[in-house]
Amino acid sequence: MINRVPVALLSCGSFNPITNMHMRMFELARDHLHQTGLYNVIKGIISPVNDRYGKEGLVAAKHRVAMIQRALETSDWITLEPWESQQEQWVETVMVLRHHYNALFHQCQAMSGTSLESTKTLKQKYNVDSPNAQSVVPRLKLLCGADVLKTFDIPNLWKHEHIEEIVQKFGLVCISRGDVDLQKFIDESNILFKHRRNIHVVREWVVNDISATHIRRALRKGHSVKYLLPESVIDYIQQHNMYTA
Amino acid sequence: KSLLRHACKPVMEEASCRTEVVLLACGSFNPITNMHLRMFELARDYLHETGKYTVIKGIISPVGDGYKKKGLIEAEYRLAMVKMATESSDWVTLSSWESQQEEWVETAKVLRYHYENLENLSNNEKKNATHRKKAKKRKIEEKNETSLVAKDAPKLMLLCGADVVESFSIPNLWKKEDIEEIVGRFGVVCISRLGSSVEKCIYESDIIWKFRTNVHLVTEWITNDISATKVRRALRRGQSVKYVIPDSVTEYIQKHSLYDPCSEDKNANVILAPFQRYAK
Repeated sequence: MINRVPVALLSCGSFNPITNMHMRMFELARDHLHQTGLYNVIKGIISPVNDRYGKEGLVAAKHRVAMIQRALETSDWITLEPWESQQEQWVETVMVLRHHYNALFHQCQAMSGTSLESTKTLKQKYNVDSPNAQSVVPRLKLLCGADVLKTFDIPNLWKHEHIEEIVQKFGLVCISRGDVDLQKFIDESNILFKHRRNIHVVREWVVNDISATHIRRALRKGHSVKYLLPESVIDYIQQHNMYTA
Repeated sequence: KSLLRHACKPVMEEASCRTEVVLLACGSFNPITNMHLRMFELARDYLHETGKYTVIKGIISPVGDGYKKKGLIEAEYRLAMVKMATESSDWVTLSSWESQQEEWVETAKVLRYHYENLENLSNNEKKNATHRKKAKKRKIEEKNETSLVAKDAPKLMLLCGADVVESFSIPNLWKKEDIEEIVGRFGVVCISRLGSSVEKCIYESDIIWKFRTNVHLVTEWITNDISATKVRRALRRGQSVKYVIPDSVTEYIQKHSLYDPCSEDKNANVILAPFQRYAK
């Protein structure tokens, strides 16, 4: 993995609840970036949205965070960052990206300014495996589904400068179901087309429509969601009697 | 297990009016995936919601090596993976009988075998119940009496995807009498995606049409299209299959180095067992 650009992936969203599909996105993105030969994905970050986002049916952040923690028990590279959910108010995606980029930057700074032994300890602490960790700050990219990318078009949902900053300064890894119109969407948007090299479109080889909306609907009906979410998350939902009719 | 787990599970009093059902899934399970496991959950929810059935057991019966399907790895591995995958389930289990037979066993025969087992179990229960009744000295209340009176053998139904039902029309793949026995005598629970052509298939087949009330179509609303072929391809390419198949199965595959280009070539020039048997 020498000379590859280290990358961290950030996924924002409600995670209401987290599902196997959310987890799959990270795996697909990592495989895709690795197979280009250019990148080394060293970290995944899940950032659940703040309660003040005001989305209908959004359960308390403390529950969403707890479920994510359980879901991540079996992952050795994806972590939960509750910063966004802990803020006083809703935080725009671009600010979340900036915040986590700064955190990564400071981790690297801290590591390059220290002795070899403490570098090892810091490496273990921050779970950063890249041999170039001391000198190269990982690129932070936003991981999302095609549906999110398409919302860039919705008037007043995103600030134009924010879209520009997200695609130019950070970059996108977008998981698509193979819809032809995603590529068309990128081509037809001036700003996305301009920064197309920074937008990685990843084709999902397993068509997986396990959206949290579907899960909540199934739970309201008393249907089984086994094998669609991690077992530990299902247990949590049942223990706390969540998402019932 | 928590009582909250299965909200549409029938209550005790209701349960005795429902027909008990055991679901049997045949297939390669090469390897078993989350989709195979989901099928059981979907079928159970569906049957419970009809108000007529209560599903008491699920059986996974991997096909024998004699089936000669391309890329089919040894039964011992496929069985081990199913066993691991069903560890977290309290009602779905593995049956190794089919894969242990010398030659490929037709699906109808597998159904017959398992049905006989269920009948024997039920007959033994009835014998025990009669002995218990005779041993009782006092009159028993009606509620207790229901539990002492053994029920008839449960209904055994084939659980499968739309591809299996659609394959009924492929020449020399199935014996006509077998199809009739499967849909007529046993019954089928068929899981399909939105937009599948399985209804057309049923309409176009005289045999299936005749027993259409015995063919339960269940729609998978939450698309989770995990084909084992794609899983094998991903494994060969070093791609992640996490959250697609159980972690324990992935570990097993890695430990035993299953599924490489060599394994995919197995039986490459061999004719599939049913074609060999029926095309004579």
